[in-house]
Amino acid sequence: MARLSKVSIADVSFLADLSGALFWQEQRLLVVSDLHLEKGSSFAARGVLLPPYDTVATLSRLAAVIARHDPRMVIALGDSFHDRDAHERLSAPDRDALSAMQARRDWIWISGNHDPALPSDLGGVVASEVAIGNIMFRHEPTGAAGEIAGHLHPKARVATRGRSMERRCFACDGERAVMPAFGAYTGGLSIRDPAFAKIFQTPGLMAHVLGDNRLHAIAASRCY
Amino acid sequence: MPARILPAISAEPAALLPERFLQWFASRGWSPREHQLELLAKARKDRSALLIAPTGAGKTLAGFLPTLVELSAPPPVVGEGAKKNVISTGRGVKRTGGLHTLYISPLKALAVDIARNLEAPIAEMGLPIKVETRTGDTPVSRRQRQRRYPPDILLTTPEQLALLLSSDDAPFLFGSLKRIVLDELHALVTSKRGDLLSLGLARLWRLAPEMRGIGLSATVAEPESLARFLVPQRDRKIEAADIVVAGGAAAPVVEMLDTRERLPWAGHSARHALGEMYELIKRNKTTLVFVNTRSQAEMLFQDFWRMNDDGLAIALHHGSLDVAQRRKVEDAMAAGRLRGVVCTSSLDLGIDWGDIDLVINVGAPKGSSRLMQRIGRANHRLDEPSRAVLVPANRFEVLECAVAIDAIAENAQDTPPLRIGALDVLAQHVLGCACGEPFLSDELYEEVLTSAPYSGLTRADFDDVVDFVATGGYALKTYERFARIKQDKQGRWRVANPRVRQSYRLNVGAIVEEPMLKVRLVRSRGGGAGSTGALGRGGRMLGEIEEYFIEGLVAGDTFVFGGEVVRYEALAEDQVYVSRANDADAKVPSYMGGKFPLSTYLAERVRKLLDDKRAWNALPDQVRDWLSLQRHFSRVPAVRELLIETFPRGNKHYLICYPFEGRLAHQTLGMLLTRRMERARVRPLGFVANEYAVAVWGLGDMSFMIRHGKLDLNALFDPDMLGDDLEAWLAESALMKRTFRTCAVISGLIARRFTGEEKSRRQVLFSTDLIYDVLRKHQADHVLLRAARADAATGLLDLKRLGDMLSRIQGRIIHRELDRVSPLAVPVMLEIGRESVYGEAADELLAEAADELVREATG
Repeated sequence: MARLSKVSIADVSFLADLSGALFWQEQRLLVVSDLHLEKGSSFAARGVLLPPYDTVATLSRLAAVIARHDPRMVIALGDSFHDRDAHERLSAPDRDALSAMQARRDWIWISGNHDPALPSDLGGVVASEVAIGNIMFRHEPTGAAGEIAGHLHPKARVATRGRSMERRCFACDGERAVMPAFGAYTGGLSIRDPAFAKIFQTPGLMAHVLGDNRLHAIAASRCY
Repeated sequence: MPARILPAISAEPAALLPERFLQWFASRGWSPREHQLELLAKARKDRSALLIAPTGAGKTLAGFLPTLVELSAPPPVVGEGAKKNVISTGRGVKRTGGLHTLYISPLKALAVDIARNLEAPIAEMGLPIKVETRTGDTPVSRRQRQRRYPPDILLTTPEQLALLLSSDDAPFLFGSLKRIVLDELHALVTSKRGDLLSLGLARLWRLAPEMRGIGLSATVAEPESLARFLVPQRDRKIEAADIVVAGGAAAPVVEMLDTRERLPWAGHSARHALGEMYELIKRNKTTLVFVNTRSQAEMLFQDFWRMNDDGLAIALHHGSLDVAQRRKVEDAMAAGRLRGVVCTSSLDLGIDWGDIDLVINVGAPKGSSRLMQRIGRANHRLDEPSRAVLVPANRFEVLECAVAIDAIAENAQDTPPLRIGALDVLAQHVLGCACGEPFLSDELYEEVLTSAPYSGLTRADFDDVVDFVATGGYALKTYERFARIKQDKQGRWRVANPRVRQSYRLNVGAIVEEPMLKVRLVRSRGGGAGSTGALGRGGRMLGEIEEYFIEGLVAGDTFVFGGEVVRYEALAEDQVYVSRANDADAKVPSYMGGKFPLSTYLAERVRKLLDDKRAWNALPDQVRDWLSLQRHFSRVPAVRELLIETFPRGNKHYLICYPFEGRLAHQTLGMLLTRRMERARVRPLGFVANEYAVAVWGLGDMSFMIRHGKLDLNALFDPDMLGDDLEAWLAESALMKRTFRTCAVISGLIARRFTGEEKSRRQVLFSTDLIYDVLRKHQADHVLLRAARADAATGLLDLKRLGDMLSRIQGRIIHRELDRVSPLAVPVMLEIGRESVYGEAADELLAEAADELVREATG
């Protein structure tokens, strides 16, 4: 079970998945954040011809984690598409792959700053936030207790004996969490950035760092 | 046509030099050197030439004499003759003269210095010649003027040449060009800058068919191949410039420091010899102390100052110091105010320093040619020998110094062979061409083939590169509408929009620096950690440091920078904040070994020396005793064999092998060996590599396993490790990702400078690691991945050398099972703990960080 790690948020127990997804077993709910689909083609339009394989890479990782957990519901926590028109650039096979994942389960697109106006023909429903029990899902974190958000793309840099390593991570202090970005081309913001201090005002912020084969819980104060 | 190597024959000066030149030489009390006349004769015969000469041979003047003589001729009479000199610019503008000679130097400081040196003869002979420089520092107004009214001689750098060629008035500017002078050619051609220059040359040969080349070079291993660089290659035949060798340099006097102290087993600081080096500086007028890395330079400089009771003026010079500070040191040295300068390869090239009477080379010489060039920095007068003292920092380095001294005595060179042109540089050039006049693929391909490094380029590779420049070269054709270059009806390629051109101009060049951070000195706020909260901004700028180094530090760590011990306080954007620390000892940057591994040539000689017991007599007693002990307890490896030792120590088991192939190849080998040993259930825990050996340790009893056939050494070292194991490792290797980043930047996939409003660096930096992962998975044969692989073969992973070694030692592996560490193994064993363990295993490192937390929590 090294791929999964227990994380408690506002007294609800979740499983952090090594892929960067969060699974709520009780509800059979899978959450992913910041897919940034079609980021490659978005850059290409501005003259930076990144390899056009990011969408298929992100979707195949998503399909794999969905297959592992077989969730009843999937929440995409915003910035699922890199820009307003990105969904129009989805290739037919990518669109089919997405539909296949959406079959037999509920699917909620939470809108983010990159994709504030999602069309209705993507399958699933569009919402600005979703509350389930004490837990609130929204794109931009506010710091409220019980909140699970994305937007910031947390990453942790850990240094030991003159070497350092930088990986994506979940940022969580037991009351609220910020999810790592799931997209293939998503960079990150250091968990030590002041942006996180605003949201996590209590000490005890932990980085659940995505390693190669397992997750590692490391105090944020230990990261850079 | 075979290259013609001619001794500098005695030519008749009067026939080659006009009267005023003869008078000028005489007025200075000089007479023209033979190689200078020889170059004049070549120019008169309309030949291109490569001048091989040591420092101090009057190389620069030799390179410019043909130009000065040609330009000194009286202007043609008005009338018939005048017409010939009028150049049609194709824009209804006509002019006479125009650019006659282009001079390219690897350093802009050198170009500026040469311009100053040319002024004297031109003024003293009253020649009607205008000389100008063009570098990144040249003001825009002057640049514009230069394009409209070019000087007779323009001194510039490869990057500026590329920029000039990408403008649509390049035919106007270069049409009149008669000569190009390439300075320090031996240094330029070893890098991607050389590739870029070679492509610029190819373009110039087309724009100015009359142009001839003069290359100025230090002595190299293969002058014939270097001479190819200077002339167009045609029809896949080998063409080369004539070679002129300046003779007459006195052989350098090189000795190894015969230390009275105990020679260290490992390490690279040479601290044992501090006192002796200090005495040498004291006894000489000006001494250059060369070391291999910046951190060594820092440390040594500090140590000298701690013992400097005589108040000797000793300075520090390395590439990371602030430019202003470096200039100050250079000026003080030129003025003769310094007694010693501790420096890195930052002073390998360039400006003539005048009165340096001794060079001390600390640590491993790495290569004989490099060492000879460094030694040449002492005493720039041909007829007096340069003097140098080599100071080995450990016992293995004694062997390396000994063979380097022999190599110098034989004048044996080990410069690398001419490069095969890189595809990422070609991509940049293709984009540059499209920024100028539109081109046809067929024509550009033919043009590129004339450049020596690209003379073997296949059409398929060329087409892939053009495709890459246009739409990214992806199998999934989705970017047609975003194309950066487009074909018109005649099939000619041109840039799609002005933004592409602007971006090209901002990103030209083939040097990709490690990401650097600015180091600023601030007041310590004590006890803080990592973030920039209350820290005061601003502070004095100390210089720049590699980002990867800072990333390995934890707030509060101390290191030496700019000659001071500083404490790392915080990182914000591209600034590192440090405070002054009072510690005498700092956590000094780990030894990165410098950029250059031990040369294949010196490695071969070290292996021979080990094998030749009689030659040991010439070695210091301590080293001879060490080798004799090794012979007694284990074995001294013969020239062609690979010695492998296994022994237990503590509760672990060790395997040491001695390939002598340099640190880079050894690191790759260590990485691949541990993978294979893992599969063989040896349970390896880690490895370290140095220039001579690789040590792997683990839980499994390797001696036992080898004895009982459970670990087959021939299979373990089989060249097939460069197959699947290498592929699997490359997928995650940080070194490979660094190599890829360089290719992505040079090829123009990722911009390093942006048009318009400059955002903060961290915001715009797109992680090339992510691109690498995605591209590798979905299009493994993409042209950029091929370019990165080609770099890795000779660069950071040194795959070629590793491959050669593995083939060489097949069937020649000698195993010694020992009950304890052997004398030869001590140096590499001492590196354990200093160097990183188990290379790149992310989970190990993260788990360690997590464990520390547990200890904190429970302790």
